Amino acid sequence: MSAWLNIKTITKRELAAYFSSPLAYVFIIIFLLLCGFFTFMVGGFFEMGQASLARPFFDWHPWFYLFLVPAVGMRLWAEERRVGTLELLLTMPITPWQAIVGKFLASWLFLGLALVLTFPVVITVNYLGNPDNGVIFAAYVGSWLMAGAYLAVSCITSAMTRNQVVSFIVSVVACLFLILAGFPPVVRLISNTFPTLLVDLITSFSVITHFEGFQKGILDSRDIVFFVSVIVFSLFTTSVILRSHRA
Amino acid sequence: MIKVENLVKVFGPKRAVDGISFSVERGEVLGFLGPNGAGKSTTMRMITGFILPTSGKVTVGGFDMLEKPIEAKRLIGYLPENAPAYVDMTVQGFLNFSAEIRGLHGDAKKRAVNRAVEMCFLESVLHQSVDTLSKGYRHRTCFAQSIIHDPDVLILDEPTDGLDPNQKHEVRNLIRRMGERKAIIFSTHILEEVDAVCSRAIIIDRGRIVANGTPSELRRKSESSGAVTLRVSGVNAAALTQKLSQIPAVKRTTIVREEATSVTVRVYPKGDVNGALAESIADATQGLRIHELHTEEGRLDEVFRSITLSDTAKSEEKK
Repeated sequence: MSAWLNIKTITKRELAAYFSSPLAYVFIIIFLLLCGFFTFMVGGFFEMGQASLARPFFDWHPWFYLFLVPAVGMRLWAEERRVGTLELLLTMPITPWQAIVGKFLASWLFLGLALVLTFPVVITVNYLGNPDNGVIFAAYVGSWLMAGAYLAVSCITSAMTRNQVVSFIVSVVACLFLILAGFPPVVRLISNTFPTLLVDLITSFSVITHFEGFQKGILDSRDIVFFVSVIVFSLFTTSVILRSHRA
Repeated sequence: MIKVENLVKVFGPKRAVDGISFSVERGEVLGFLGPNGAGKSTTMRMITGFILPTSGKVTVGGFDMLEKPIEAKRLIGYLPENAPAYVDMTVQGFLNFSAEIRGLHGDAKKRAVNRAVEMCFLESVLHQSVDTLSKGYRHRTCFAQSIIHDPDVLILDEPTDGLDPNQKHEVRNLIRRMGERKAIIFSTHILEEVDAVCSRAIIIDRGRIVANGTPSELRRKSESSGAVTLRVSGVNAAALTQKLSQIPAVKRTTIVREEATSVTVRVYPKGDVNGALAESIADATQGLRIHELHTEEGRLDEVFRSITLSDTAKSEEKK
């Protein structure tokens, strides 16, 4: 009970911190502009003539998140360490886990808000045709889970350094691996040289492989488990790193 | 309230804290002295649970910091070195957050924040963002955070650092007042602060306690403690020294200042003579005009220097 209260207090503070700086607004505007541009101009939404968002809209999300999520996550721990507030936070009567979960939730909710603000796309496709809104909803859920996985990876890199730029670059590289492991051209390339078993193993680490099902409207428990376990594992690693700073 | 047993912290090859033990009871204000890098901050960080000791034990209010960290931390208010605060919040927002994380909500939170704001004189900057504050205000904001839940134990790492003389005075008064009901540890470089505030002081050098006692006990260790300062006119320095050296209790005499009209000397006693030296000097100098005659209490900075310097010198000899 008091654990959730502590998490809530930290989440509230973190969210307030986002919106007290221009970062939140810049992020949301860029995200929405990118979504609009890629869906309607590059993705060929109108030319396709289909009442579906899977290809023109959701296909781009893994790539948007590659740069935008590390930008949101980079300050989470690096800033606390640089300013010295980590010392305050960890000497307050809360467990490190409550702090980690609270901070993660704040950023994740923030990403969720950005995602919700893309609703005009949904309105547009509903105005023009009769899409399966269940599929769209499933894809949104998948997209949010994917953002959470990227964010948890950014938590690790942010806890490793007090320099936000280093944190950003390292987490972009790590997230790039999560994409490329299932990116069709890369998969074709490695399937020429490696045995199928190994290729399957590598692609099973990719967010693209697991996001695919959501885009089709399938809420597969294996895909959900994948994203949730990436999040839990990354947050656990973050706690190990934070503890190593204190030892 | 605070009990530290055999605390050790090793950073790589360096023993930053090397077997420190002490305890602080309610109603005590313990001053932590020592040169830079002596291990003061590291010790405080272990007491507050921020860093984990290599070995040793910290208990706060009966709770072991390693086994029951939450219960122990609840009792502590902590002002870290350099007084960090969330720069993206207003002073009020920051204090509200600190109160909430300490489990204060609703009216209790409002009262706690108001009390801390009043005690630390923060009314005028309440709605200002922390990163626009001057150093003194930022320091006081972090200080307010540490007392917001009216803790039984206060750990203050250089609480007067960066404050102007008036603010220093205020903070010292605050610490002294709160020390009547709490157990307080604070570190400082300013020795006059020890006199003004502490009921007891510990001097740390290279990770070890080298002196532990009340300020007056520590002062007695000073070389000048018990020495007599004398200023007379109508005699030259050499003659005066000659005259004084005939007193049996005198170990040696140094000339402090020689002016056209008067001579100032300091007379060091042999062993402990407890003020008798001043009397015998007064007897010996009858007929001269005495402007000043007093027994030195001893000086903390002298003690500090002799303890911490001699130790460093010893360690260099070993090498």
